[in-house]
Amino acid sequence: MTLAPVSIDDLYRRDSRQVLATLIRLLGDFDLAEEALQDAFAVAAERWARDGVPDNPRAWLVSTGRFKAIDKLRRRARFDAAQGELADRLYDEGTDDDPDDRPQIEDDYLRLIFTCCHPALAADARIALTLREVCGLTTEEIARAFLTGAPTLAQRIVRAKAKIRDARIPYAVPEAGALAERLGSVLQVVYLVFNEGYSASSGNSLTRVDLTGEAIRLARLLRQMLAEPEVTGLLALMLLQNSRREARATSDGDLILLDEQDRSLWRQDAIDEGLALLGDAFRSGRVGPYTLQAAIAAEHARAARPEDTDWGRIVQIYDALTQIVASPVVDLNRAVAVAMRDGPAAGLAQIEAIAAQGQLRGYHLLHSAKADLLRRLGRYGEARDAYRTALNLAEQEPEKRFLANRLRDLPA
Amino acid sequence: MRYLFLIYLDEDALDRMAPDAYDALVRDSLAYDDYLRERGKYIASDALQPVRTATTLRMPGDDVLTTDGPFAETKEQLGGFFLVEADNLDEATQLAAKCPCIRHGSIEVRPVKELV
Repeated sequence: MTLAPVSIDDLYRRDSRQVLATLIRLLGDFDLAEEALQDAFAVAAERWARDGVPDNPRAWLVSTGRFKAIDKLRRRARFDAAQGELADRLYDEGTDDDPDDRPQIEDDYLRLIFTCCHPALAADARIALTLREVCGLTTEEIARAFLTGAPTLAQRIVRAKAKIRDARIPYAVPEAGALAERLGSVLQVVYLVFNEGYSASSGNSLTRVDLTGEAIRLARLLRQMLAEPEVTGLLALMLLQNSRREARATSDGDLILLDEQDRSLWRQDAIDEGLALLGDAFRSGRVGPYTLQAAIAAEHARAARPEDTDWGRIVQIYDALTQIVASPVVDLNRAVAVAMRDGPAAGLAQIEAIAAQGQLRGYHLLHSAKADLLRRLGRYGEARDAYRTALNLAEQEPEKRFLANRLRDLPA
Repeated sequence: MRYLFLIYLDEDALDRMAPDAYDALVRDSLAYDDYLRERGKYIASDALQPVRTATTLRMPGDDVLTTDGPFAETKEQLGGFFLVEADNLDEATQLAAKCPCIRHGSIEVRPVKELV
């Protein structure tokens, strides 16, 4: 038998989210379930130190948490009769869960994920709620990661939970017919979390939790539970992007573009895993936008030197992507790939056509891509104007510094 | 649980609709009532007269103040409602998505608050 204090910490890390997910189903309320979870672990800390860890700690925690919640409701019944009725109902409903029922445990966890990522919740609330409830981060950790105040973030979570309760957002895995759309919302949350971590990975990251790691962990868990190729595609995409993490910025936090990165710093284990997953996603025959984006990242990962990059193939993948998602941002990326394949003049013509449509007028990357092509064509005056526009629109410090450097290095 | 679907439409666009298209919308809306009834989800529904027929009351002090027009001018106006019974928000939004009005404006889905 292991020493209780050690195992409780381990158990909390490993199991607390699954225990919470089941408690929310049994108790029908996020806040009640969270209190129950904390109570159950408090009792466990005391009892397991004395009696040892039970055979099935997870089932023990669920059962203890449930009774603690019912007790709490009964005590509140002195002031509010409805709480007593609720306690009686919860007690009578009991739980016919088989503690070793793996599908049931996974189902509860999926319920939690789909509810936190429900499209009826505001996008920023979905992210906050997912990190809090599904990943188990504290409100302070999430607030630091997103550079927002903890009170703002806490309020976002409180509002989201109130909407789940008051509008009765179901605690359920969506039916097959709605799964694709709802999964899209989940994957979007995961990818937004990843991108937040990835774009912030340079600079003062010491005090911030590793959001890229959380996103990858979440995608791995999802993949164990849902045999959907886009989950695999997204995991591949994140691993391939993250493989370049060490190479994409100087020690001062300045951005290094793909063609200037030291490719020996790319993490080969992440690339190998990403490529293998990408193969799995393609073999499914159902190729979605994340899988295609992973395929583009894979083309870069496969090239030992920048000049080995197969830009023709990358343009082809972008063509397939535009068939699925009509987005000017995808068009812009495709235009950059065309510039690499056919030369800067060809790319510039396409970027100017995209700019004329107007939607990306305020998007700094359109102007910086345009500036870069103008620079390569020797049209320095126009390049300078475009870099200045991009600089005015950019929000993140490393990007601003990068653009300022480019502007400074431009020949007169 | 009851949910209220508030139908918001651009009245000007509705006025400009060809008579055939407008008749089809009315027919489809009546058929949608039946769709809800057949599933035991229907409670009530009605279309509203245009917002130019609206009168707003307020009581700033002790006296009721009556004014012409809606509470606020908006691009889309409240044009009707459906009150339905649904187990949860997912069922409610699935039902709302079948409403023919969705092609002409937007549908706000609001859970009903039980006062007792």
